[in-house]
Amino acid sequence: MRRFLAIFNARNLEFFRDRGNFFWNMFLPIFLIFGFAFAFSGNNDAQYKIGLSGQTPDTLEFLGFKYLQFIPYKAGDAALDKLRHHQLDMYIDFDAGNYYVNTDSPKGYIVERLLLSDRGQSLHRQSVSGQSIRYVDWFVPGVIGMNIMFGCIIGVGFVIIRYRKNGVLKRFKATPIHPAEFISAQMFSRFFIMALMCTVLFAGTNFFLHFMMNGSYLDLAFIAALAILCHISLGLLFSTRIKSQELAGGVMNMFIWPMMFLSGIFFSLEGTPPVLQTISRFFPITHFIEAARKIMLDGATLAGVMDNILIMAGMTLLFLITATLIFKWE
Amino acid sequence: MDSILEIKNLKKYYKEVKAVDGIDFSVQAGSCFGLLGPNGAGKTTTIELIETILKPDAGTILFQGKPIDHSFKNSIGIQFQTTALQEFLTVRETLELFAKLYPKKKPIDEIIAICSLEDIIKRDNRKLSGGQRQRMLLGIALINDPDILFLDEPTTGLDPQARRNFWQLIENIKNEKKTVILTTHYMEEAEVLCDDIAVMDHGKIIEQGHPALLLEKYFQGVILKIPSESFPKNPSVSFSFEKRNGYVHVVTRNVEKTIHELIREKVPIEGLKIDKPNLDDLFITLTGSSLRT
Repeated sequence: MRRFLAIFNARNLEFFRDRGNFFWNMFLPIFLIFGFAFAFSGNNDAQYKIGLSGQTPDTLEFLGFKYLQFIPYKAGDAALDKLRHHQLDMYIDFDAGNYYVNTDSPKGYIVERLLLSDRGQSLHRQSVSGQSIRYVDWFVPGVIGMNIMFGCIIGVGFVIIRYRKNGVLKRFKATPIHPAEFISAQMFSRFFIMALMCTVLFAGTNFFLHFMMNGSYLDLAFIAALAILCHISLGLLFSTRIKSQELAGGVMNMFIWPMMFLSGIFFSLEGTPPVLQTISRFFPITHFIEAARKIMLDGATLAGVMDNILIMAGMTLLFLITATLIFKWE
Repeated sequence: MDSILEIKNLKKYYKEVKAVDGIDFSVQAGSCFGLLGPNGAGKTTTIELIETILKPDAGTILFQGKPIDHSFKNSIGIQFQTTALQEFLTVRETLELFAKLYPKKKPIDEIIAICSLEDIIKRDNRKLSGGQRQRMLLGIALINDPDILFLDEPTTGLDPQARRNFWQLIENIKNEKKTVILTTHYMEEAEVLCDDIAVMDHGKIIEQGHPALLLEKYFQGVILKIPSESFPKNPSVSFSFEKRNGYVHVVTRNVEKTIHELIREKVPIEGLKIDKPNLDDLFITLTGSSLRT
């Protein structure tokens, strides 16, 4: 018992005296709890999603019905794409006086009945058609993105921190190798591994599940390659100075978990507070998932996802240059 | 012999701690130079400054008469006190990895022979014993056929047999006229291997020279060691003495006269030892016998 208490006490001291580690471990869960409470506050019982644009009338009681979620849209094309893919059950353009339903959507039929029961007759019916996107088709870019995020940030960042802590980096510092050579070797090794893993993951599951692919596989591969580079650079940035694996775990969790839940991996960010949608634009994973979904589901070309490409490329350069400049062997 | 390495006024301070405080020494080409001192004396900081692992606050390091630059790393081999390596590599793969980092390299098979690595060459480097691991690390330090080999407490933690095997490897390397710079806690090791030594304490070199000459300087005669419990508290003797590790130490040139005085003081002769002074005695004389924490 004495030995047990001695070890117990020593470990507690070690934990609490590592202030950085203590901070991240203590405040990250608090941050997550408040973050998610904020993100998913309000009525979560919505069963139907309706896109809206234009000046909404005060007299339409339909807009106050329970279990309906109304999502404002500026561009009608985006809403109609969602409607075609069953990601919206109805779209109403009040300025044009039209409502749109997908004739292949059972939920669209229900929502149309509800609208017509409440003076919706003043709006003109327009129809679109299109098969629904299976959740797995929508989800697979998120899974690949998640794989890239974990594989690159932890696979590069955590490994270099471990190398630093146990003296591997010091041993390399004693050789003529330059930090840039060491960093680039780590990057390319991880790039090769992640590219292989993503290819196997996608091809292996696609063989059985036949994902929807309306765009080009080459475009998807390009986006994935850019996302891998971007996340490797982010992993390197984490690893430049941190010496403690526990602190590294805390810092990485601080970024990885918000990215995990606020980048649209598991569910669409539509309907979440605008501030969270803004925050999500700072995560490289958001841009990968968005671009991959546009290519796979909407048939977008690289030109169609140029915004995402430029943002990921810019982040890659920023992370990489900063990491190289502030990297320390010890 | 020419100096291969000259250190002038080398300093490294960490806030109030003067880890290395203006030291000077030179190392002769082809010799084995021992840097000795208690824990925290500044030995490891000194050699890491020379190895360019740390940046000095002041001072000059000359290699073959010229200030060192980045290319100096090509001319030295280093065995750190503690080193981790990339995992899941065999001994041969590890040697090959390091060989690829240098422009000049010694053939791997020669390294294997010099460091007696034949039996473990295919073994995962995580599965080596302490002695085997040190031999592999020595192999890595020799991979670029260095002019100077730095060994920072290479035998710490090894059993006596592994330690002696390691000494033999160092002797073999010395026979190839390599310059070796060694830090060690083991005075016997320094005595066996070193041609010159410097004793450090509190960041300064407090003595340096050839071991035999230093012993001659500090100990003129032999050391009589008498068990402390049989030595009187206030003896009336003409010689000076010092209590250390359960014995009273008396350095004397005239053994007969000293023993005569001991008998007069009714000190039993049983248990009395006569030793030749060694580096252990010199080390304790120079740095003090109390344990440094």
